[in-house]
Amino acid sequence: MADASADRVSRTRGLRPLAWLALAALLALAIALALGSVGIAPDELVAVLLGGGDALYQTLVLELRLPRALAAFGTGALLALAGALMQILLRNPLADPYVLGLSGGASVAALLAMLAGASMALVSGAAFVGALVSILIVFGLAHGTGSWTPTRLLLTGVVMAAGWGALISFLLAVSPVERLPGMLYWLMGDMAYAGSPWPVLGVAIASLLVVMPLGRTLNVLARGGLQAAALGVAVRPLEWTLFLLASLLTAVAVTTAGSVGFVGLMVPHMLRLRLGNDQRLILPASLLAGGTLLTLADTLARTLIAPQQLPVGVITALLGVPSFLYLLSRSR
Amino acid sequence: MAISEPQIETLEARELVIDIPGRPAGRPLYLRIAPGERWGVLGPNGAGKTTLMHTLAGLRAPRSGEVRLGGKPLSRLKRRELARRLGIVFQTHHDDFPATVRETALIGRHPFIAPWQQEGAEDIARAQAALERLDLTPLAERELATLSGGERQRVSLATLLTQAPRFWLADEPTNHLDLHHQVAVMELLAEQADQGCGVVMCLHDLNLAARWCSHLLLLYPDGEACWGAADSMLVPAALEGLYGQALTTAMVDGAPVFVPKR
Repeated sequence: MADASADRVSRTRGLRPLAWLALAALLALAIALALGSVGIAPDELVAVLLGGGDALYQTLVLELRLPRALAAFGTGALLALAGALMQILLRNPLADPYVLGLSGGASVAALLAMLAGASMALVSGAAFVGALVSILIVFGLAHGTGSWTPTRLLLTGVVMAAGWGALISFLLAVSPVERLPGMLYWLMGDMAYAGSPWPVLGVAIASLLVVMPLGRTLNVLARGGLQAAALGVAVRPLEWTLFLLASLLTAVAVTTAGSVGFVGLMVPHMLRLRLGNDQRLILPASLLAGGTLLTLADTLARTLIAPQQLPVGVITALLGVPSFLYLLSRSR
Repeated sequence: MAISEPQIETLEARELVIDIPGRPAGRPLYLRIAPGERWGVLGPNGAGKTTLMHTLAGLRAPRSGEVRLGGKPLSRLKRRELARRLGIVFQTHHDDFPATVRETALIGRHPFIAPWQQEGAEDIARAQAALERLDLTPLAERELATLSGGERQRVSLATLLTQAPRFWLADEPTNHLDLHHQVAVMELLAEQADQGCGVVMCLHDLNLAARWCSHLLLLYPDGEACWGAADSMLVPAALEGLYGQALTTAMVDGAPVFVPKR
């Protein structure tokens, strides 16, 4: 067909940045595996990954560092993807996964569980339930009204977030001092809470498979609801799909690592500055770049002032803010 | 069923009352827009021109009555199917995200491409031809944010030309345009009508309406309306009543020209 050549042009134009991002992701994972209390040389790392090498290194890499690195990668990927979707849903480049108050609900529930002295697993479970409660409240409030607009959804979410914020401050104020560090780490986002990496990775891959066929439709939705409808998009069902999907991704991410900030807002933005706004490219690129950023940030978080660990959310912001400002100043 | 279907595809308003909150129903509209016709919608600010356009495009539910395309109510057509046959240029644009002129023209092909397919060479060629038609080829790679108001308006028209629907709705298509491009756009719309499209446009310029429209619909702020062939509607007294503005009329090149009195 005559389409083939143009088709190829647009595909290769998209594939190159994705290949670079995939390479960066692998590199970030390798760094995460090699660095820590005991440094591991590249050749030894390769040996361990191939099933040989030192037995101590085997345990260190395969049982301790690999699950955490993968969990960090998956969490970052989910947050960046959720951010990209939320920005399209709300037609607001300033939206992030937490803008609709979801992390607030998760945080309140998690802090309550911590206050009750619950185990790590229970805290994560509570966070997930809290996130779902928040989603349902925002969904119910915004859905119940007649005239539904992204602005209305955004306002509902922002006000919910403010309410959760007040509850969080209240909980922190009345909590015993010895529990505060754990709570603050959770609020800032901390991979030490992550269990098995497979839920986040699985959800990340599954959600990418769901949104990729929607890519071109999302490009049209980014031009506004009316324009999208005029071009044949069933706007309302698409918007609710986006809302529920982005919320679910965020809930899984928050359950894994607390509310890690910055990734969901800035990663899609940085990519748009470089790659334009074709969601067929931005969505998979967000997944890879978000994962890479959080993997690197978590490696720094556990090595920078070792043996003490920093909350990873601090690092994502410290790494991301200057690089974002740099990209912004260089863009047109 | 098939026997009662009209022979030519038309866009029809049947007993249509557009929904403007707080306004009495006014006069229901019975419009039949046929291929080749160029309808102009005139009325003062707030008369409901944009609401009517959105209602005719199926983007807004009417208060009562219905809009039919090819004999079928819009509410029974799939959005995608509708978008292949009817398109609209909006008065306002939402350029919240970066996009180039070429990408923006290309979204006109969206209703024709299956979800799993990419834009092919034919789609790109159509967008390119539309950009060329609206003098936008030199701007093809520019970001929308860098365009002037008139250039942005032409991009919207290029998107609709790429979409190439049977029915064209244009909400103030000459907004922001310089004199030359006003005429160029009216020529484009007339050319589409000659090729068998039905065209409806909201206009504020009586003289463009007098020169380019075959039919006119006058919308009054209280919901009153009248419509018909352009010649019969261009009565100075009616137009003065429509806008609440005294007019001077002159004949230039065989067509009436209306100038507001000071």
